[in-house]
Amino acid sequence: MQKTYSNPIYPYRKSPDQDAASAVHHPVIIIGAGPCGLAAALDLAKQGQASVVLDDNNTVSVGSRAICFSKRTLEIMDRYGCATPMVDKGVTWQKGKVFFKEEQVYEFDLLPESGHKLPAFINLQQYYFEEYMVNLADQEPLIDLRWKNKLLELDSQGDGNQLQVETEDGVYSLSCDYLLVADGANSKIRSSLGLESKGQVFQDRFLIADVVMKADFPTERWFWFDPEFHRNQSVLLHKQADNVWRIDFQLGWDADPEEEKKEENIRPRIEAMLGKDVEFELEWASVYTFQCRKMDDYIHNRVVFMGDAAHQVSPFGARGANGGVQSVENLAWKLARVLKGEASPRLIESYNTERQHGAAENILNSTRATDFITPKNDISRVFRDETLRLAKHYPFARSLVNSGRLSMPCDYRDSELNTTDKGFEGGLHVGFVCQDAPISVAGQGSWLLEQLGNRFVLLVNGDTLDEKELTELQAISDDLEVIDSRNLEDPEGLFAQRYALLGGHAYLIRPDQYIAAKFKQANVNDVSAALKRALGFNLEKTP
Amino acid sequence: MSKLITDNHFSDADAFYAALTDAHRELAPEDSERLNARLILLLANHIGDKQVLLEALDIAAQLEQ
Repeated sequence: MQKTYSNPIYPYRKSPDQDAASAVHHPVIIIGAGPCGLAAALDLAKQGQASVVLDDNNTVSVGSRAICFSKRTLEIMDRYGCATPMVDKGVTWQKGKVFFKEEQVYEFDLLPESGHKLPAFINLQQYYFEEYMVNLADQEPLIDLRWKNKLLELDSQGDGNQLQVETEDGVYSLSCDYLLVADGANSKIRSSLGLESKGQVFQDRFLIADVVMKADFPTERWFWFDPEFHRNQSVLLHKQADNVWRIDFQLGWDADPEEEKKEENIRPRIEAMLGKDVEFELEWASVYTFQCRKMDDYIHNRVVFMGDAAHQVSPFGARGANGGVQSVENLAWKLARVLKGEASPRLIESYNTERQHGAAENILNSTRATDFITPKNDISRVFRDETLRLAKHYPFARSLVNSGRLSMPCDYRDSELNTTDKGFEGGLHVGFVCQDAPISVAGQGSWLLEQLGNRFVLLVNGDTLDEKELTELQAISDDLEVIDSRNLEDPEGLFAQRYALLGGHAYLIRPDQYIAAKFKQANVNDVSAALKRALGFNLEKTP
Repeated sequence: MSKLITDNHFSDADAFYAALTDAHRELAPEDSERLNARLILLLANHIGDKQVLLEALDIAAQLEQ
């Protein structure tokens, strides 16, 4: 069926580990080379940490699955070095239409804020997203990516893990300090350890049909509530790369997934929607159900769960892959520093606390969208329908129409890693992610986010500091770089507007580009204390 | 601290009550339900303030018990 893309086949290669007399030890082993497993390996490599990735298959995602990648995810990919092919291949869109029954109720234009390197979001098939990450991982000496390596057995202890891995050359043993698990929503490792992901199962089925259109369609997101061609259900039409259109039909709980997946049953649905004269080819189809759930603790001994294995959401709002990658980025810098002995071992626990919060926010948003799309009782349907009718004429009601709130990075304002007492007014808040801004350095055009990440940065306006003070700040740690904002030219004034750095003011920015502390007057004592706190040393005092 | 006004705030209470019941007079129960839904949404947006709205929801729900 699939014509626009053929899955690459990655070769199985025998590793010297397989001939070793005893289990070879690696600090980090990652299970699963999907978006989160690959992101973990790339992020760890950026922090100087080697890893081994095991995947039981030998290709990227079969079929498209995730299609919408948010700005924050692209910023993370840009830090790894693979955002450019994604943005080039992906579809950038900002316009959409909402329909109710037989008519259009309104259209919107998201008009993204200017002065960011990357777009608000792109639509791109998951297989491309993964392929570009694999291409980068293959060139990274710190990543050992092993296809067709299947985890058979795991012995998880408090101080590490023993693994039995199956290949076509037989079974071999490995051991590791930390095992990162990204083996998907139905994680076998999770269940083999007797752990659960808990939450809500939604009694509904959806049909995804990816089709190639012969005719031109606008690059817009169209969402129908209760359309005439598909009564009492919702339908989404959205463009991906290669002229492939994602059509998502809500089917209801009683639908038979095997029947609905057949081309002879899909065609009439699409013809009813687009008209009989619109030519299209069916590229890929799948019927899915979904759950909103998470584990109570993503960490078990030294096994750390990531992505859908740790937390799962409904697809409305594109929070699965985006939320997953953002969790990975939260973990990678912490794990690398714990392994190097530069951080408190308890820093890993803050991955759980910060991302429990992130997952709860994603689940809340996607559950609300699901409840709007599929009203749970008669009165909910009355409110939904009347909201849509009002939305045709009254702008206020459009803010209530919820077909998915697009993924935004969550903030960690209550994180114990933050130092919150010595800030300054204005600019960005502690616990929030840094915003991009166009700058230039030594006459070369650049972006602020390109200066940040992978190590701690003290972004300081050195105007009221003397050379000695700046030198002392730089000497605090090898993992901290002082960037004097006076060396950043600000051609559009957006950096000044977004960061509000006056003389002596400074931000302490984590390797994941989140703000750990703000200082009214940067000095060695305060910055050192905030850095220690961000590395988890204060967590040791609390039981 | 309560922000919802629960003392009389109408400029003409009798006129509002008459208009409300008049609007429903000819409607079937399902249509009344829809009209009420639209009315709630319009008024809720006019109020806007989350705390006021939640207090009103709370009082309305309590009287049901």
